[in-house]
Amino acid sequence: MLHQILFFIFASVAVAAAINLLLQKHPINSALSLIVVMGALAVLYLLLGAEFVAAVQLIVYAGAIMVLFVFVIMLLNAGLEERTPGSAVATLIGVPGVAALVGLCVFVFARTRIRGAAGYSIGDFHVSTQDIGRLLFRDYLLPFEVTSVLVLIGIMGAVVLAKREDAGPTDRSPEITAEAPRPESQQPAERTHA
Amino acid sequence: MTWPIFILVSIIKVALVFFIVMTAAAYTVWLERKLIGRMQNRWGPTRVGPFGLLQPMADGIKFILKEDLTPPYVHKTLFVLAPMIALIPALLPVSLVPVGGAITIHGITTPLEMTGVMVNGAPVDINIALLLILGITSVGVYGIALAGWSSNSKYALLGSLRASAQMISYEVSLGISLVGVLLIANSLSLREIVNQQAGTWFPGVPVLEWIPRWNIFPQFIAFFTYVTAAYAETNRIPFDLPEAETELVAGYHTEYSSMKFAIFFIAEYCNMFTVACIATTLFLGGWSGPVPGFLPPILQALLPVFWFVLKVVAFIFVYIWIRGTLPRFRYDQLMSFGWKFLFPLALANVVVTSFVVAWFAK
Repeated sequence: MLHQILFFIFASVAVAAAINLLLQKHPINSALSLIVVMGALAVLYLLLGAEFVAAVQLIVYAGAIMVLFVFVIMLLNAGLEERTPGSAVATLIGVPGVAALVGLCVFVFARTRIRGAAGYSIGDFHVSTQDIGRLLFRDYLLPFEVTSVLVLIGIMGAVVLAKREDAGPTDRSPEITAEAPRPESQQPAERTHA
Repeated sequence: MTWPIFILVSIIKVALVFFIVMTAAAYTVWLERKLIGRMQNRWGPTRVGPFGLLQPMADGIKFILKEDLTPPYVHKTLFVLAPMIALIPALLPVSLVPVGGAITIHGITTPLEMTGVMVNGAPVDINIALLLILGITSVGVYGIALAGWSSNSKYALLGSLRASAQMISYEVSLGISLVGVLLIANSLSLREIVNQQAGTWFPGVPVLEWIPRWNIFPQFIAFFTYVTAAYAETNRIPFDLPEAETELVAGYHTEYSSMKFAIFFIAEYCNMFTVACIATTLFLGGWSGPVPGFLPPILQALLPVFWFVLKVVAFIFVYIWIRGTLPRFRYDQLMSFGWKFLFPLALANVVVTSFVVAWFAK
């Protein structure tokens, strides 16, 4: 019973924050709404018994990735966003598309609910950190390692992009990284990844 | 235990811990001013009360009576919200830290911890307490970041940018430094980790048997990286660039006054407490210490709390000592130290520890 009450509270928080994310005009308000969504999702994971996933959701998404988002918004000092009426194609294809997707989800969930013999309720499962570790490092070791290579490629891509020399006129790095060492040439190139 | 008593006990515990943490934060400020004063050959506060002991109260009254000024052109909502976002994650982790075994008063047995429960006569805490603490503290950076941004002031903005970059960078080392301890303990529950540190390393060997079985001995590299990263996370000297007063006036809280400023101050000291509590629990054996058997039961239950508090105070003393000793890093030094020295060191510790643990497991 308590599980159901908590589920509805945090599910509605998540949905409300997600809607707020879209409605807010200022990027920092949108980013903060997204943090609320992440937090609410973490609670939902916890209710499902996935405690490790919940904690990691909080640490990685709310604590690291969204901090970077907020950091970039602050650094660029992004102002209010401009609104456009939106394209007609998006409205024409988008609305029926969303309706179809929701209908499909409802259909699938309803079917599995009927087929399932006993019918499970929230909080029936409990997955410990040991279980996840065992699955991740024994049964699914190869996908796990491949993912880590993917992340490595992402990092290398970021480094390449940040160190690129032929950037626009606003970037001062070309002259500074030129061959002749100047006394004042110490600063920017290092700073970009701070 | 019936549920009305459970709720009553919980409320008493929450009120007690809140009172203790707030008082302790206030008196850490006093201790810091006294110690730094003595290190710099001054007296520190002496005027209010004996040894200046009433100074924190005077400071508190002063903060409350000051005008609460909201500068024009600030982002109002976030400006008000930021101190709260800074304080709440600073206070929450204390609720997850166990400070002793269980205590029995008037037939009611309860663990010496805010969130613990009794299961089959033994105190039990949340099994992912450490992860939760990491998650909660990682949210604390928003308070500082938003404070600087919403102030609409260049010094505050620079301070909060520095804080965000610094906290992201050092959080990686902070998290990884704890992995070594977790590999040894094989558990994420703080109570479990402390229980494993009871006793000594070499029972029976003459002099060596006095060395307690604390994690700091096999994991001293992890301890070093944790403490260093934690100093950076709490914005303390030598990592206090977000509030470097010689460059940024006061950093992220430049535009704050009265109680709003004081809340940032309290949050910083509460964060110090959290760090001290986690370091004590993970590396210094938590509440474990000698407890003589001839004491009355109530003292036997409370003596471990005394050991815990003693270790926390010692840790905070070192915190203050470092502040009195080291100068502030330059920003590029801070970044290269964090990424090029601390992070590889923490990783190497994880690799070595896992090999050793795997070796002994066979």
